[in-house]
Amino acid sequence: MRVEQIAVFLENKSGRLAEITAILAENNINIRALSVADTADFGILRLIVDKVNEAERALKEKGFTVGKTSVIAVEVPDRTGGLAAVLDCIQKIGINVEYMYAFVNKTGENAVLIFRFDDMSRAIDLLQQEGFTILQSSQVYNL
Amino acid sequence: MVWDKHEQMATGALADLQLERLRFTLHRVARQVPFYRNTFKQAGVDLESFAGLNDIRRLPFTTKQDLRNNYPYGMFAVPLRDVVRIHSSSGTTGMATVVGYTQNDIVTWSNLIARILTMAGVGPNDVVQIAFGYGLFTGGFGLHYGAERLGASVIPISSGNTRRQIQIMQDFKTTALVCTPSYALKIADVMMDLGINPNGLSLRYGLFGAEPWSEKMRREISERLGIIATDNYGLSEVMGPGVAGECQECNGLHVNEDHFLIEILDPQSLEPVEPGEIGELVITTLTKEAFPVIRYRTRDLTRLLPEPCPCGRTFRRIERITGRTDDMLIIKGVNVFPTQIESILFDIEGTQPHYNLVIERENNEDKLTVMIEVVESIFFDEMKKQRTMVDLIKKRLASELGVGVRVKLVEERSLERFNGKGARVIDKRQL
Repeated sequence: MRVEQIAVFLENKSGRLAEITAILAENNINIRALSVADTADFGILRLIVDKVNEAERALKEKGFTVGKTSVIAVEVPDRTGGLAAVLDCIQKIGINVEYMYAFVNKTGENAVLIFRFDDMSRAIDLLQQEGFTILQSSQVYNL
Repeated sequence: MVWDKHEQMATGALADLQLERLRFTLHRVARQVPFYRNTFKQAGVDLESFAGLNDIRRLPFTTKQDLRNNYPYGMFAVPLRDVVRIHSSSGTTGMATVVGYTQNDIVTWSNLIARILTMAGVGPNDVVQIAFGYGLFTGGFGLHYGAERLGASVIPISSGNTRRQIQIMQDFKTTALVCTPSYALKIADVMMDLGINPNGLSLRYGLFGAEPWSEKMRREISERLGIIATDNYGLSEVMGPGVAGECQECNGLHVNEDHFLIEILDPQSLEPVEPGEIGELVITTLTKEAFPVIRYRTRDLTRLLPEPCPCGRTFRRIERITGRTDDMLIIKGVNVFPTQIESILFDIEGTQPHYNLVIERENNEDKLTVMIEVVESIFFDEMKKQRTMVDLIKKRLASELGVGVRVKLVEERSLERFNGKGARVIDKRQL
């Protein structure tokens, strides 16, 4: 039910993001989704890739600080209110979103929402109960 | 004006007095302080055969580490019931040093500060504003007691809140300001911002210490505040301020030699340098009761100014402190050792930290930035947690060091790897 995400520490200086994508390309790793959170001084890059362990190793070898976290990927129809439905459900029982990002899958019919909640197990249980589609990690890596 | 006649003692009489006081101190510490008893024994020192001041060279040195090892009261030469005051440096166990004063020590200290204030031009009719921190730091209380001893009117405003400092300076008609030299410039800056003309104030004298400064800074302070700016020197391990101070010639600091025996040594060979050469200042206290130190290595670099001073004082002068022989930093008058920072970071990260210290002076205020290479143990995918971590590091450092710092996280392997001590520091201050 959980998807592994890698997070990379980035200083705010030019070319760092390009460097990371180049390292991943060299190692034949595909990026499925990404988001960057930043402050004036530094940023946190979050990536979903098809080969998590290889990506982690390759980036560490090049001197990046890499962390691994589990997140949830929820698939919703790509139409108005898709995200709202998920958030509404979660908010009702007092679970908070630490961060989220989204992308639209290849067919263009569905959107995939990546979530990190403060209480992951409860969130998974609840979303399943409510009939949302939670993607398996293999599904996400091979989207 | 001279505070007491000792300051004009003939050289021979001074040497006799020093020897008598030194012998007394040595016998006392050998009797009262296990540390000295042991080091004297190890060095084979026979106090009975101590014939002249030069024999001090047979005695072992005392270092800051020795004081740390004997934390908190191991170096005290009197029982705690005779101690009326305790001061301490910042830092945790293993880093901090503690010093004590008897009632007599406080009297001596007050008198020595009264000397220094008198030298700088301050008298009983002056209004002295003390903008040094009051607390475990010796600066505030040291100057305070001395200024009261002198009979001046003392304003114990302590450090910080520059606008209030200026307001009080105007309303209370302050004539003498006591603070760090950089803070004096900061006060001048804020006055300018507020459109206050320093010439309209009653200020005439400024006594500055607790951090390194330069002739250029002295000129700037004198011109901008319209005062006579003098330097004074001391360190808590020896007494605090009051070890030496400048007279109005503004040309070097007279050492209170009847209370402190000084040596200037080559920091490598630990042999005396040629007179007038730069070396490390080593101090032996001659009258301290609670916390005497023998051949204390100050790590401060200076030189003797051999020429007699036109002011008539016979006590020899040292040049302003020109540097350190260790990696100690002085940030806003607070002594900071990189090892303190390192041990805190090690504690938080759980591994050997990679860090650099960048010191800048912005608007006459020191800013210390600790650049830390991020490792997994302090890296989070959540921004909230990452920021909390930065705040935690900041808080731990500030509370331990006694001075606020900026913390900047940088990528792994992005900081230059330095070899040897002192090299992690990038000091951009231009004094």
